Amino acid sequence: MAWRNIWRNPRRSVLTMSAVAFATLLLVFMLSWQFGSYATMINASVKIHTGHLQVQAKGYQEDRDIRKVVPDPEAVGKILSRTETVASYTFRAEAFSLVSSKDRTYGVLVTGIDPEKEAAVSTLKDMIRKGRYLADDDANQALVGILLAENLKVSPGDELVVLGQGRDGSIAATVLTVKGIFSSGQDEFDRSVVHIPLHDFQEIFAMRGAVHAAVVICTDLETISQAKKEVSEALGNLEKGRSLAVLGWKELVPGLLQAIKMDLIVGFIFYLILIVVVAFSILNTFLMAIFERKREFGVMMAVGTTPGRLTRVLIYESAAMTLLGSAVGILVGSLLTAYFQVHGIMIPGTEEIAREFGLPERIYPQLSLLSVSVGAGVVLLITLITAAYPALKVRRLKPLEALTAV
Amino acid sequence: MILQMGWRNIWRNKRRTAVILTAVIIGVWSMIFLGALMRGFSDRMRQNGIATLTGHLQVHRAGFRNDPVIENRITSPAAVLDALEILPEGARWTPRIRVNAVAGNARHSAGITLVGIDPGREAAVSFIGDAVRQGRYLQQEDPLGIVVGEAFVRKFETRLGNKLVLMSQDANGEIASRAFRIVGIFDAELESTEKQFGFVHIAASRKMLGVGDDICEVAVLLPSHRQVEAAAESLRQRLPEDTYTVETWKDLLPIVRETLEIYDVFIFIWFLAVFIAMGFGLVNTILMAVFERIREFGLMRSLGMLPRLVVVEVLAESFFLLVLGMAAGNLIGLLSVWALSVNGIDLSAFSAGMEFAGMSRIIFPVLVARDIFTANATVFLMGLAVSLYPAVKAARINPVEAMARP
Repeated sequence: MAWRNIWRNPRRSVLTMSAVAFATLLLVFMLSWQFGSYATMINASVKIHTGHLQVQAKGYQEDRDIRKVVPDPEAVGKILSRTETVASYTFRAEAFSLVSSKDRTYGVLVTGIDPEKEAAVSTLKDMIRKGRYLADDDANQALVGILLAENLKVSPGDELVVLGQGRDGSIAATVLTVKGIFSSGQDEFDRSVVHIPLHDFQEIFAMRGAVHAAVVICTDLETISQAKKEVSEALGNLEKGRSLAVLGWKELVPGLLQAIKMDLIVGFIFYLILIVVVAFSILNTFLMAIFERKREFGVMMAVGTTPGRLTRVLIYESAAMTLLGSAVGILVGSLLTAYFQVHGIMIPGTEEIAREFGLPERIYPQLSLLSVSVGAGVVLLITLITAAYPALKVRRLKPLEALTAV
Repeated sequence: MILQMGWRNIWRNKRRTAVILTAVIIGVWSMIFLGALMRGFSDRMRQNGIATLTGHLQVHRAGFRNDPVIENRITSPAAVLDALEILPEGARWTPRIRVNAVAGNARHSAGITLVGIDPGREAAVSFIGDAVRQGRYLQQEDPLGIVVGEAFVRKFETRLGNKLVLMSQDANGEIASRAFRIVGIFDAELESTEKQFGFVHIAASRKMLGVGDDICEVAVLLPSHRQVEAAAESLRQRLPEDTYTVETWKDLLPIVRETLEIYDVFIFIWFLAVFIAMGFGLVNTILMAVFERIREFGLMRSLGMLPRLVVVEVLAESFFLLVLGMAAGNLIGLLSVWALSVNGIDLSAFSAGMEFAGMSRIIFPVLVARDIFTANATVFLMGLAVSLYPAVKAARINPVEAMARP
């Protein structure tokens, strides 16, 4: 009965369903878009440098003090290899130093890396644009960020002089040869970092075998928190392990997480307002569907239909409409998203922003169960609540009055 | 008379009118209010950008921007300062020395931007004049004083009165170093600003770098940002292009420019989405109003009312709905913007995320006449446009058939 009722006035029903479908479509697409760009942002920042987890000395994250070290990297390495959720890890050490070429001097972050392990953790190896990546037995060779190389006016083969301060406060100085030039797409990183082999670093900066961080990539985004817990527990049993901290990407790049949260909240405010507008838009249809049929309901009640049954019919009617609208919205929204998921979306005029965050030019929306269900769910919920209001009103109808109503 | 009929007709079914009015009001309110918030966001971002040493426009020696070293300084500042006389009245300008340097004390070292300023002129152009929270601002004669940011002081574990050694490349390509004393600590909207800049007297920086009376840049602040393009153009004509570059804040802050452009587009898309959401309701409501009065329209037609006038009558109903909704929506929108403009919205909870996006912590909504106009024009014109559909339907009613209906 409810189903037939819907099609008694096809135009009105189609308009109502379109409104629901439009809202659903918009939400499915926008949420997929948002989630897709977050995944891109997280991956970009994690893969360029940060990793999913880092083991550092407590306090190193805040003040980057060269003396706050992980003193025994081997013991930490053993723990990490034992942990199943850890896919790969590497050690790094870093120190702020003056780097001079023949005619330029810049302050940069000199980072010691283990070339082989680093390649399994970050995309550094794939970022090389000129020259070659470091080999394990390289000595006094360096990889320079592309913007820094421009500023220093160096290319592979040129020499750099490094002047800094060692772990013990002594002067650290050496001469390096540029072996390769990398480009991450993230300007800040390309402008301020030089990579050298870790064993060189430890010698130059008097690290006595220590490092500043163990950088960890987990098997996937979902296993990060478990890996974090396991590694922290294992570290607790280590001698001096209490001075170490395990930090997740959320702590390593706190701005990213907050930017995402803010974007989500702002998004939800917009969506909510939009849905409320849609709800009021379609409330009239539901109301009218009932009031123009007062007589009809009067007849039904007079022949013995209980008010409860009547309400049920009406709720089925509205529910069928909203469900159908949502289904169409989900379908079209998913198709639209799927199309862009393959082809990507490029917003013209956003190149600089993308470079600031190291993002690719195209953003790929990510269709997921979450992005589809949240948007559609909220629309469905609110429209159903809207639809229930007139359906409940019908209970108060008196058969006699209704029958005489025009 | 047609208008009067329209006006009376919408009040024949008060509930229906109230519901659709609510939809229009919420829609218009959300356009005005959220539009103002987004403008507030982007305005603050622009103001921050301009106040953080950018100004409305800057003059550099050609090549300085790509390679900001002391070699690329302006070696005949008098010529540039002469040219500045053609700036519109009320324009303020300040000369600067600006180089990358390494700041160090016994415990830490890091790269900063060393800015040599004329304390009097600088205060009229950028934020630093009234940003000093501890100690004092630079004085007219201040050979040893340096003003640094609060976050920098924390990172360096130092305090007012302590020494700070700055190193940078001088005019001859040698490393120049000079000790300064922290005389003031400034606060900025963004922590990155507090970490990045160290301000000294321009004379002190000139002496340190051995550059005589030369300067690196001139920053100009105009009375209104509408004069920027014209002022830049007239300066470009006075200054030879191969020696000097004149750039506006749009060139200097490409990320801010892109964000502003995205906001422009986004605000319009938002207007459109809200409109579509309420458009469905509007059409449906008018359509229902038409169809339940088929007999009536039939009667009017048989009494000799022209189809054209029927269209006008239906449009008049839609017109009154829109105007009422818009009036109330605008009023509530303006009131809510006004209520928020006293204290602003405090987004400190997301400060790191805001920092990440280069925005400030407190957002004040900003009303832009153009947005209000666009919002109302969108609703009004498109509202009437979609109402044409039911209106034409009403005009096509065949009087004989309509009258024969029950």
